[in-house]
Amino acid sequence: MAPVPSFDTSAAAFFGGVKASLKTVFIMVLAGTYVGIGALAHDFGLSSWWLALSTILVWAAPAQVIVISAIGVGAALIEVAIAVTLSAVRLFPMVVALLPLVKREGMRTRDLLLITHFTSVSMWVESLRILPSLPREHRMAYSNGLSVGYMGTAVLFGFAGFYLAAGLPPLFAGTLLFLTPLSFLISTANNARAMVDRLALVLGLTIGPALAYWHVELDLLWTGVGGGTLAYLVHRLREAVT
Amino acid sequence: MSTVAELSPYLVLILVGFLPNEVWRALGLVLARGLNEDSEIVVWSRAVATAIIAGVLAKLILFSSGALATIPLSVRVGAAVAGFLAYLVIKRSVFAGVIVGELFLLAGGYLFAP
Repeated sequence: MAPVPSFDTSAAAFFGGVKASLKTVFIMVLAGTYVGIGALAHDFGLSSWWLALSTILVWAAPAQVIVISAIGVGAALIEVAIAVTLSAVRLFPMVVALLPLVKREGMRTRDLLLITHFTSVSMWVESLRILPSLPREHRMAYSNGLSVGYMGTAVLFGFAGFYLAAGLPPLFAGTLLFLTPLSFLISTANNARAMVDRLALVLGLTIGPALAYWHVELDLLWTGVGGGTLAYLVHRLREAVT
Repeated sequence: MSTVAELSPYLVLILVGFLPNEVWRALGLVLARGLNEDSEIVVWSRAVATAIIAGVLAKLILFSSGALATIPLSVRVGAAVAGFLAYLVIKRSVFAGVIVGELFLLAGGYLFAP
């Protein structure tokens, strides 16, 4: 990983963020993921512009996959909405953890709207890693630069996948689909330096599939709240003991 | 019950794609006011987010759909483990882990095609 940069102006920080985004492992992940989503959108008869708009507005690959396949099978509106909102719960704690890093004196809520909408796993992981070592006045610009780089790449490769869709053999399509869980798993582990985060990762990996296997309703919500809270309590207990 | 097929794809995108997804970001924005980065609620929130992501990833690997489901479960799990081990062994490089995991999946999927 590159050393932490320093910038003279906000504009320089923004473009530094764009440049940095193109060098992270997520850029290949996004490219692969959105090639796959582009192919899916093509299969279900949506337009490439619909896909581009969904990438810009939703900006969360799992939610986009849910909506695209729901349109394909003609699912009930309320069912799709619940599935999407469950897949998006993770965004809430991410925003809560991110905003204190970029906020400055006198900032209003509307100044934070864009970075809030931009919040996604890729920019969040990179922002949490880099931002603490940047001066506060450049953090927002840098993070927005990261997001513009990621989102632009996602839109571009969505188009590419849409028009390539014609005929990926299943093995290669499967390999592309595997990029998302594999790379996010390794980079989440890489990012989890504190004991509480590592424990939450392990608990999520085990509780999540167990609840899904037993068809527990709202399994993702329970995995997060249960696993996350358990990890947090262990962390508090250890702090109390030492 | 109304289905997505009855509405314009763009309206569907706003109603069941954008809104139910964005509501969590908006909630984070509203509730994050006045918190600082070391506060206990932030530590807890990060743990919850990490656990949810981990749960999603494990489900994607174990209960795959579409083209990924044509690759046997043992190969998918083996590829994830191989990728993670490669990450640990090769200087904690995320990139190396991803490459090794993907090659394992490709080779395993080819050799053990159902």
